Amino acid sequence: MSIPRFWREIRQRYKGIGTECGVCNRVYFPPREVCPDCGRDSLGDMKEREISGKGKVLTFTEVHEPMPDFEILSPYIMAIVEMDEGVRMTGQLVGVEFDEVKNGMEVEAVLRKLGEESPSGIIYYGYKFRPCR
Amino acid sequence: MKEKKVGIRGYAGYVPRYRIKPEEIGAVWGKDGKMMGAALGVKSKSVPSPDEDVVTISTEAARWAMIRAGLTGDNIGAIYVGSESHPYAVKPTSTMVGAAIGATPDMTAADYEFACKAGTAAFQTCMGLVGSGMIENGLAIGSDTSQGAPGDALEYSASAGGAAFIIGSDDLLAEILYTTSITTDTPDFWRREGQAYPSHGGRFTGQPAYFKHIMGCTGKMLDELDMEPSDFQHAVFHQPNGKFPMKAAKKLGFTKEQISTGLLVTRIGNTYSGAVPLGLAAVLDVAEPGDDILVTSYGSGAGSDGFYIKATDGITQVRESGVPTIEEVIKDVKYLSYAQYAKFRGKIKRGG
Amino acid sequence: MREVAIIGIGETKIGELWDLSLRDLGIHAGLEAIQDAGVTGDEIEKLYIGNMSAGRLINQEHIAPMIADYAGLEGTPAVRIESGGASGGMALAEGFMAVASGMNDIVVVGGAEKMTDVGDVEAKDILSSTGDREWESVFGATFDSLYALMAKHHMDVYGTTREQLAQVAVKNHYNGARNPNAQFQREIPLKMVLNSPAVSTPLGMFDCAPLSDGGAAVVLCPVEIAESYSGKPVRMMGVGMGSDHMAVHDRQSIDTMKATNLAARRALDMTGLECSNMDFAEVHDNYTISEIMAIEDIGFFNKGDGGPATQRGDTALNSKISVNPSGGLKAKGQPVGAVGINQAVEAVIQLRDKAGDRQVDDAEYGLTHNVGGTGGSAVVHIFGRWSP
Repeated sequence: MSIPRFWREIRQRYKGIGTECGVCNRVYFPPREVCPDCGRDSLGDMKEREISGKGKVLTFTEVHEPMPDFEILSPYIMAIVEMDEGVRMTGQLVGVEFDEVKNGMEVEAVLRKLGEESPSGIIYYGYKFRPCR
Repeated sequence: MKEKKVGIRGYAGYVPRYRIKPEEIGAVWGKDGKMMGAALGVKSKSVPSPDEDVVTISTEAARWAMIRAGLTGDNIGAIYVGSESHPYAVKPTSTMVGAAIGATPDMTAADYEFACKAGTAAFQTCMGLVGSGMIENGLAIGSDTSQGAPGDALEYSASAGGAAFIIGSDDLLAEILYTTSITTDTPDFWRREGQAYPSHGGRFTGQPAYFKHIMGCTGKMLDELDMEPSDFQHAVFHQPNGKFPMKAAKKLGFTKEQISTGLLVTRIGNTYSGAVPLGLAAVLDVAEPGDDILVTSYGSGAGSDGFYIKATDGITQVRESGVPTIEEVIKDVKYLSYAQYAKFRGKIKRGG
Repeated sequence: MREVAIIGIGETKIGELWDLSLRDLGIHAGLEAIQDAGVTGDEIEKLYIGNMSAGRLINQEHIAPMIADYAGLEGTPAVRIESGGASGGMALAEGFMAVASGMNDIVVVGGAEKMTDVGDVEAKDILSSTGDREWESVFGATFDSLYALMAKHHMDVYGTTREQLAQVAVKNHYNGARNPNAQFQREIPLKMVLNSPAVSTPLGMFDCAPLSDGGAAVVLCPVEIAESYSGKPVRMMGVGMGSDHMAVHDRQSIDTMKATNLAARRALDMTGLECSNMDFAEVHDNYTISEIMAIEDIGFFNKGDGGPATQRGDTALNSKISVNPSGGLKAKGQPVGAVGINQAVEAVIQLRDKAGDRQVDDAEYGLTHNVGGTGGSAVVHIFGRWSP
């Protein structure tokens, strides 16, 4: 991934900055300029909204054939998490073993390394999810 | 010494959940690991997951410290991260932590390196900025994912962890009443630019290095404050292994009880820049209002920073914040085999 | 709008075709289709090529004029259509519109993909680009894992079982064993699927379609002139397309492909036919779970009954609805951007009664269903037996 391409999304990847529709108050992540529900009514009315990072596991899988950047972590757990704000996010589950994961498990976002450009290149950081303590 | 009252508004520590035992390491190198561990006073050491580094550990600790302090990123005017294992040789850790906690762009930042005392160097900088009124609050972090060369004595202790402290003037949970330092040119431990693992002077790291500075700085501070070891409920000394701080404490006149709360090295190994900050965090977790705490760090190269800290009434209130204590953090343990450890730490050469 | 017919088909064998380049795949399939139709090069007014990712797979963009050039069609308008795994089906929809609108009479639509000029890890990484790169794969989600998440959810919500998923693979291998162009022409026992190494739980290796090389092509013309050519015509009766949120997690329901649902509804509405009129369906079974979701979301079975229906044998050859008589992506193979055209080729073979051991008896109507990415886009076509 090119440097600006990652840099551009740093606020989303580190902090979970999304948007909230000013009309229906639905929360979106990543940010959207138009609310899929409200259409043109929402234009210019989408407000920045930080996602709390807390949510529940909706569904999950253990990956045995990883993405190149994730080879060292294999096997690892990927999940779709339903955030407290209602929006869903896809991320890795860390700090937990596969046989301990359950649907509905409460998790929180943590910052981890996602990969790197190369051993001499930029390191990519972003959110993963860990069971709440 | 300073214009304004300075102290700790929030703090937290983070230690990766993975551990390896000395016997597991010794078995690979034909050493009696158990005996090695006993000699070092280390029963297990923490190991970072491959997706953890000083940025992620620092961020984790910083986020919790912010929750404890009830502050948001825009309240932070400076971030200093002390470490000897910053993921980049050039490109600051502190800017990434700043972005992750929402403190950028209205802040100043820099990374520190002073072997194991880079974290307390960050403390002193924040104290100066807050005390002089240049900033309201500063974030001082000590954090490391230190490495020992495979087979080297350091491999039994070099571990990972860190703690973050919000230094401010208001709503303090502990006041920092005094700090003093000593610094010399002592080549006991180093890592040259571009080298993967540090080198050290073996037994030279003891008497002329660790003990001289820890004892010298602590003695100097006690003199300057006109206090006795018995005046303190808690003391935290740098802990490269379990033996050195015990010996130093004894020689200085501190009891085992005074240093036991802040002595984490036995269970998590030497977290380098994270060691004293984590020890202090563990003490703050249990301190009572009015408790006097003495802290002396040590960094090879070499120097020591001493601090005299007094817990305020605020210390008990922050325990409601839901942020895990150091005990709670280090309770979550997953043991690794040497093979897993070698993979995690990038010691296995892989094809491109 | 004019009615449209297919008058020629061609396809390469599917598999690891080390000797053939992307150029070769497109040309072999195209020339076979042109020959089958009996049209001349001068008559061809337009060429559409479905292709997912030549740019990343062979570092060649702009492949449509390249294929036109080597097929001796330089001068003919040639355009590549991309919609992930639905590239072929979407190209066919474009071809249909060109003819139906009256703009063109003879249109060739091809699909070609060369997956094996990169290593399999890279090929999978490229395939994962058809999901949401920024918000799924960057965070560690493989293409397999996104379908695995759908599978796990489907199992949790509807009680779909591991065995039911595996039955899809067993059935499609049975059909593939009867298709001389299939990559895997052998039957497999249920146990082999159940015991295959985990790829992304609950999906194992035999739940996943291979990544294959292949090319396919069809020739379209208006129904009025279809009989003036040598290839036996088949009617292209309905076309429907749909899209959905790009990332799986944004979907209204992650066990349902809305794009499929919309595409199927639109295609059926165009024909006035219903699912019950279909004799066979070629659906996008890139994973076993995909077929179960497809037969529900198209409307052959109620939501949640896809697994049990498969287990009952309702989707086997010449049962209630013959699903993937060709062997599907699972056994016939998955040359990604060509898949939609491979499906159309099978529909024509079936409706010409030329499918041999895998022939669907008395086939009148057939449906093809082609999905892009993890369901971000889908296209459905409906075909009917020729009656002058």
